Amino acid sequence: MINEMTEIQSLMQIQQLSLRYQQKLAFQDITLSIPQNSITAIVGPSGCGKSSFLTCLNRLSDLIPGCTVSGHIQLGTLNIRNPKINTTALRRRIGMIFQKPNPFPMSIEKNITFPLKEHGIKNAQERDRIVEQVLQDVGLWSEVKDRLQANALNLSGGQKQRLCIARTLALQPEILLMDEPCSALDPIASGIVEDLIISLRQKYNYTIIIVTHNLAQAKRIADYAALFWVDGSCGRLIEFAPAEQFFNAPNHELTQAYVNGIKG
Amino acid sequence: MVLILGFLLREALPILQSVGIKAFLTDKTWSPSQQSYNLVPMIWGTLFTATGAVLLATPLGIISALFCQYYAPKAIASGYRRLIELLAGIPSVVYGFWGLVVLVPLINQLHPPGTSLLAGILILTLMILPTIALVADATFAEVPQAYLLGAAAMGLSSWGTIWQIILPASKSGLFTGMILEIGRAIGETMAVLMVCGNVVQTPDSIFAPVRTLTANIALEMAYALDNHRSALFVSGLLLLSVIILLAIAAELVKWDRV
Repeated sequence: MINEMTEIQSLMQIQQLSLRYQQKLAFQDITLSIPQNSITAIVGPSGCGKSSFLTCLNRLSDLIPGCTVSGHIQLGTLNIRNPKINTTALRRRIGMIFQKPNPFPMSIEKNITFPLKEHGIKNAQERDRIVEQVLQDVGLWSEVKDRLQANALNLSGGQKQRLCIARTLALQPEILLMDEPCSALDPIASGIVEDLIISLRQKYNYTIIIVTHNLAQAKRIADYAALFWVDGSCGRLIEFAPAEQFFNAPNHELTQAYVNGIKG
Repeated sequence: MVLILGFLLREALPILQSVGIKAFLTDKTWSPSQQSYNLVPMIWGTLFTATGAVLLATPLGIISALFCQYYAPKAIASGYRRLIELLAGIPSVVYGFWGLVVLVPLINQLHPPGTSLLAGILILTLMILPTIALVADATFAEVPQAYLLGAAAMGLSSWGTIWQIILPASKSGLFTGMILEIGRAIGETMAVLMVCGNVVQTPDSIFAPVRTLTANIALEMAYALDNHRSALFVSGLLLLSVIILLAIAAELVKWDRV
């Protein structure tokens, strides 16, 4: 007999993850499995450690002075917390989009080709092909194809953010981490980026972890949702569930209060 | 500043009126007692020592600042910074002294006489290094963290990040630093005077002794009279004009950035 309930494939397992800045705990004891090929939204009030949590997953937390992490993160066979792993290769597998769009101060084209060169793609034609492809993917190609040499800093906020997504896609990551990617954008640009995120999941089956404090947005795009909450001054995971259940019939009363807008 | 400029002009005017500007470039030699006022060898002297020192100090200073900002652990970086600041505060005569006792004999072993253009370049390099190193350090500190995090999050190598992101983003700051170090190199007197040999000649190799404009003034001012004295003021005027032009250039670069 065939089991109709296919087991959800989890791509990344996080166990008892804690992070502290100097003496202050930012979040504690987060245990969570990130489902493959889906969008996981992390919601919660500000200061609950959502963004700090994200930086642990690609080891960007290494660069923050005074920051110590404990716990376990497994990606396939790779133990992300192992200090000896090659973070360059890891960060190629796990792309990250920041709250404030941060294209490099160079041409639109070079924003994409320079990281490709760095990651060993020597063939210029191949790079040009990827540039066109990823700009198509993020819907920027028709807007910028005639000015690929223009400085990326002159793009609008939404265009900059889509360029940042494009240059990350160019490296073909397995997972995309997004830290409030729309919160610095105006509503129209925000809507465009949101649609883009959904299309990345639908067309290309990306696994996306998105941090947002916009509950409505989480509801529109997420397949799974996790609620972080500040307990004392330290973040904790309250509930993690499929979006349907999370928004309509949460197990935890705090989640209920939060999704109904009573708390947070 | 205006007062000094006015004073220089007043003192330089007599000779400018009596022999004209052209004489300073076309006279046969520099021998003021024979009414011969060719400044060209000294101009070359200043140009060669300053250029050589800037060419050496700029890359060294930038590398030192990169080390300080991006490679050194925090404690070492701040100690290193203090050291560079200290280096900037050493009196130039002490540099000259060190150059005379240590550097010149070394160069003498390589190629006599030792007191030479090379000695001048090396001493000047050491003296202007702190200027460019500190300016570059401050410039790199201003590179937005967002670029660096973005680069790290894409797994870019630190070399690629430095070459493609940090240096281009710091271009105008580094340029300002270069202008400042050029100014310092041109104006430096005591140390170069002590190690350069001070023979009035256009140098034909880096081992040849040279005399810079500043050294010329310092050496001859004490006994110069009349037109000779006035001619020294002309070279002072020339130096000041170059420095003013450099200051204006630095200002323009800063403007461009804002």
